[in-house]
Amino acid sequence: MSDQVRLEEDFSLEALQNGDQAEFARVVEAYSGYIYRLAMKMLQNPQDAEDILQETFIKAYKAFPKFDGRSKISTWLYRIVTNEALMFLRRKRPDLISVEVPRQDDNEDDLKPLQIIDWCCLPEAELMSDEARRYLDESVDQLSENLKMTFILRDIEGLSTKETAEVLDISETAVKTRLHRARLRLREMLTSYYKERLPQTV
Amino acid sequence: MIHHQNCTHFLNSLSDYVDDELSAELCQELERHMSDCEDCQIVVDTLKKTVYLYHETAEEPIIPSDVRVRLYRRLNLDEFLGDMQKREIDSR
Repeated sequence: MSDQVRLEEDFSLEALQNGDQAEFARVVEAYSGYIYRLAMKMLQNPQDAEDILQETFIKAYKAFPKFDGRSKISTWLYRIVTNEALMFLRRKRPDLISVEVPRQDDNEDDLKPLQIIDWCCLPEAELMSDEARRYLDESVDQLSENLKMTFILRDIEGLSTKETAEVLDISETAVKTRLHRARLRLREMLTSYYKERLPQTV
Repeated sequence: MIHHQNCTHFLNSLSDYVDDELSAELCQELERHMSDCEDCQIVVDTLKKTVYLYHETAEEPIIPSDVRVRLYRRLNLDEFLGDMQKREIDSR
């Protein structure tokens, strides 16, 4: 989260590059919670998230000798877990990405807000009920991969635009565009949900 | 339904506005527009609320202890698990 103090990165790069297990264990201790949360958001399934968590750190351990320290360790780990999650999703649902077709998200018209209903007045208990939280998760899951990954990294994990661009290997402008589209789509989905919960005006 | 020329013109700037990243000039322009256009005001309010809700409901980055133990085992890092957790596991 952006307002949360990020962990200090006081690890010895040299030890990590040399395969020092104790130093690697410190990295695992510091970041496994973040990596697991990210994998859960991307895959929406505890077993899959655990597999990806393990794969991420196995890959990181093997790749540390080649890690040059130019990006933060956290950014580098986010990049590994994001790629692992994407590969996993593609293995699981190859039909979805086998052909490169323009997706709905690329359509400008699709951005236009359709539902203009003010649901902000709903009480927090209603906005954040267990059912609403499930709906929030399901809505993110309905976004296309590109929008989903960008939204999770920026608005849920609280990475900066620059860090997100680095993780996804896209430009900062692309991050901004994708984030905006993701938010507008989610706003639409949330409106569909919350409008049903507004007090009826007779 | 947003239909004015003006509304469409602002649509692409709304995320920057929500993130406080809009230039002062555009920001003023948008706020002036919103004071006249209830529809845009609602879109901005609900967009802000959408971002806020995801922010507020994000779980703590905590790993369940059984997941943590299996991760350490898989990485051959058992010795770094910490004594308490190791005892807990061994007693099972």
